[in-house]
Amino acid sequence: MWEYDQQMKLKVGLAEMLKGGVIMDVTTAEQAKIAEDAGAVAVMALERVPADIRKEGGVARMASIRIIKEIMDAVTIPVMAKARIGHFAEAQVLEAVGVDYIDESEVLTPADEEHHIHKWPYKVPFVCGARNLGEALRRIGEGAAMIRTKGEAGSGNIVEAVRHLRAITSEIRQLTTLREEELMAKSKELGAPYDLVKWVSQNGKLPVPNFSAGGIATPADASLVMQLGAEAVFVGSGIFKSSDPDNRAKAIVRATTHFNEPQVVAECSAEVGEAMRGIDVQKLDPKELLQTRGW
Amino acid sequence: MNNGRKPVGILAIQGDFAMHAKMLDHIATPWKLVKHAAELEGVSGLIMPGGESTTMLKFFANEDMGAAIKDFAAKGKPVFGTCAGAILLAKEVLNPPQEKLGLIDIAIERNAYGRQVDSSVRLGECPEIADRSVEMVFIRAPIIRRVGESVRVLGRCEGLPVLVEQGNILAATFHPELTEDETIHRYFLRKLSD
Repeated sequence: MWEYDQQMKLKVGLAEMLKGGVIMDVTTAEQAKIAEDAGAVAVMALERVPADIRKEGGVARMASIRIIKEIMDAVTIPVMAKARIGHFAEAQVLEAVGVDYIDESEVLTPADEEHHIHKWPYKVPFVCGARNLGEALRRIGEGAAMIRTKGEAGSGNIVEAVRHLRAITSEIRQLTTLREEELMAKSKELGAPYDLVKWVSQNGKLPVPNFSAGGIATPADASLVMQLGAEAVFVGSGIFKSSDPDNRAKAIVRATTHFNEPQVVAECSAEVGEAMRGIDVQKLDPKELLQTRGW
Repeated sequence: MNNGRKPVGILAIQGDFAMHAKMLDHIATPWKLVKHAAELEGVSGLIMPGGESTTMLKFFANEDMGAAIKDFAAKGKPVFGTCAGAILLAKEVLNPPQEKLGLIDIAIERNAYGRQVDSSVRLGECPEIADRSVEMVFIRAPIIRRVGESVRVLGRCEGLPVLVEQGNILAATFHPELTEDETIHRYFLRKLSD
């Protein structure tokens, strides 16, 4: 049974505080400071940004604890860090270090191809990626306090984030039209816990905040996912792989707040230089996709 | 509630503004999100939500939002800040020092309980407002380290002042909007008719 107990209230509570904001990937304390000065609501500490992981290959792991600590010392906003899917020991370490959120992330090389981390016992909240409603509810069932679309990290291409966001919101809408006796069959079809399927059918939304990630590179990208129902955005390679990280970070922050005011988004778009190059996701070998990691 | 009056504004740069809106819906009070300085014209009071004060400050510099909120408060309009909102309203901010509106004579220390793993739900007392304990949600919360002479302490939790008032300004270091308890919001709304 999914329980909105005191711990979950604190975990979801921090996610509520981040809404309408931008969470930025950073690999050094210096980048973290740039992100904070640009108005980021949180930073995500990782070893390499997804675009570099994609290019360089190798095993991508939790970031160095030394660097995570430097980042925590450098900024006053919440610091998140990524753990590999299923790598509960990395998660334990990150909790011991005192990070504010753990992203159990497909961007890193999975440690367990069958099981995700059992997230309930932790005091630190978790965010997990999802491509559709079933995947989102499985993660929430395991104790995630925030969901983000997976998109296709490091691609600079918004198409997958849009696909995943639309999938989640339309599946939620569809659930609200079902009769009670149809919910168990739906739960089976989605591969999602029955009580969560029922909760969503009654409330018309996920029980935890739903953010967007994976391919956001421009102010207009941020506006797009916010208009499609995302409640905040994660920007990974999009900032520090662009020609002007500082200006781009500021512009994406402002465009996220004023996402439904085209005039403001236009001003933000005029302030930035060249975006990261980006890749056509259709041309990627399916083996190169990050979004298919985890289930 | 609020007969024929302008709606209550909720600052919606970023943060848990939707939770404040949900609370006002519960007590049948009209509200309006405020993202631009000019929108303060259309509201009777202002709630500044929880979130990241450093982010909100970036927006205060644009369009003179900070100056507009000061003018709004100077006209005697009620302003209520929770957590980050309380930090923005303070006269002095510690850990580290940062820009502020200076509308309530307190010194407030950011992230003073620690990081997210130190966040907690506690019970506190607000004797002038509630005759029972109030559920208080502290998330990476600040601590009020100094209270000026003209500031009234309305709520305490484990000895620390957590709800303070100076004239038309109300500030809480916790998040009443994350609970089902309407007490604090109802108290703020009463200030609209003062």
